[in-house]
Amino acid sequence: MKRIVHKHPLAIRWFHWINFPVLFVMIWSGLLIYWAYDPYKITIGSWTLSFFPDWFYKALGVPFQLAKGMAWHFVFMWLFLLNGIVYVAYTFISGQWRHLVPDRNSFREAIQVTAYDLGLRKSQPPFVKYNGAQKIAYFSMMVMGAGSVLTGYAIYKPTQFYWLTALVGSYETARLIHFMLTIGYVLFFFVHIAQVVRAGWHNFASMVTGFEVLKPNDPARPLLDKPTPEPVPDPTNDRFVGPPTPDFTPTPTLS
Amino acid sequence: MKPDLTGTEPNLPESDLPESAIRRRTIKAFGWFALAAAVPVGVYEWINSSPNLLGAKKPLRRVLDANAKIAQTYFSNTHLVKTFPVSAGVRDPRQNGWVGLQAPLPDDWKLQIDRPDRNGVPQEPLLFTMDDVKALPKQELVYDFKCVEGWSQIQHWGGVRLSDFLERHQLGTKPAGTEHAGGLYQYIGMETPDKKYYVGIDMESAMHPQTLLAYELNGQPINNAHGAPLRLIIPHKYGVKNLKRIGRIFFADTRPRDYWAERGYDYYVGL
Repeated sequence: MKRIVHKHPLAIRWFHWINFPVLFVMIWSGLLIYWAYDPYKITIGSWTLSFFPDWFYKALGVPFQLAKGMAWHFVFMWLFLLNGIVYVAYTFISGQWRHLVPDRNSFREAIQVTAYDLGLRKSQPPFVKYNGAQKIAYFSMMVMGAGSVLTGYAIYKPTQFYWLTALVGSYETARLIHFMLTIGYVLFFFVHIAQVVRAGWHNFASMVTGFEVLKPNDPARPLLDKPTPEPVPDPTNDRFVGPPTPDFTPTPTLS
Repeated sequence: MKPDLTGTEPNLPESDLPESAIRRRTIKAFGWFALAAAVPVGVYEWINSSPNLLGAKKPLRRVLDANAKIAQTYFSNTHLVKTFPVSAGVRDPRQNGWVGLQAPLPDDWKLQIDRPDRNGVPQEPLLFTMDDVKALPKQELVYDFKCVEGWSQIQHWGGVRLSDFLERHQLGTKPAGTEHAGGLYQYIGMETPDKKYYVGIDMESAMHPQTLLAYELNGQPINNAHGAPLRLIIPHKYGVKNLKRIGRIFFADTRPRDYWAERGYDYYVGL
């Protein structure tokens, strides 16, 4: 017998994997649209980061596809919106939000986790499902998704939804925020992939299977072997029984 | 299910399984995952291999048209484009398209408006001069002109309401003896004198109080590049519908041809 932990409910896995291709289409078609008017750049002193250089557009085959970009964007936006709404509603109703929404400790934990990831700390603070950094990152994605929808509609129907465009600031501000959120997704994607690779196969597989086999003394999940797991463990099974661990408390103590 | 709003983060549920069951579950889950991964690939292939409908892949075009129907449900004549003080208008508005303007403006330019057959008898089109247009109350509109490319610019236009013009001359309505006599046609079509640029617009948008037959830009007669002598300013549509140098106007219950829709853009492009 082995002990498994049920990490991701089926619904969450569906939302995650539906979002992946849908968001990809939104970003790709968004790039085709952005190309037609691409004024954004970051200038620091004499150094300029232009969004985007010509070689970048050419390498990805972007130029002269505004109509195509708009067509895909205004079709798949519905899937992005629908999947997002159902995801948020599910998270709220099922109580899964408690694994996801950062609390007052999350920011300190996130710093500690980052230090641990960079090799500056020997241990990371205990966590249940997501550590502080993950909570902040994943919850930000949720908030950013809502931001993309709102700024998107502010650009899409600035006259009919004039109040929304006004709320966001202006038509131009809405477009800038919409763009910056997209850059945010891309940056998140790279960090996310790097972290998933780092965390290893079993962590990745749990996003497909839903569960993860518990390993004794897993450094990444220091407090998972909780004192009173349910169901009550059968003393005859081969479940690892570690040294007594303190009750999990939301305020971790530093080791 | 009731929303669960209680306190702290709960522990994740755990259970004990024999290794064989774990392996079986893993294989099953990845099997489903592989099958599910084929869906987006299939959807992409299906869309990409579909024929074009007006320059856009058929499934996409159908959704764009559905989007237009949805937009028409919340479209309102009381939703006005935000306006600005005259001083906010740019001095040299951007000019972004020459189609329909290459030929010199005909000296004998008149605005031609087609009329429907009356009792099966074709009617001569009506011809209007600029003075006929200017006879109506002049409107000024300083607003953020929006191009489908993504840029926008505050511009100052002057002209008469298209709705005023149509009402004054009793145009756009169906003749007696036809179905829905006296009611408006569903679409209005416009084209340049050389017929090289053309747009179709839903009648609700055309009748919006901010839709203008414009003849002034920054208080001066519109120059050639901006569509002299008379152009459409329809602020709740992208620039592509704001036809320059109107030659002919007509009415229909089916979508009139539209230059950019034929090139894959949404037909409605309502803002």
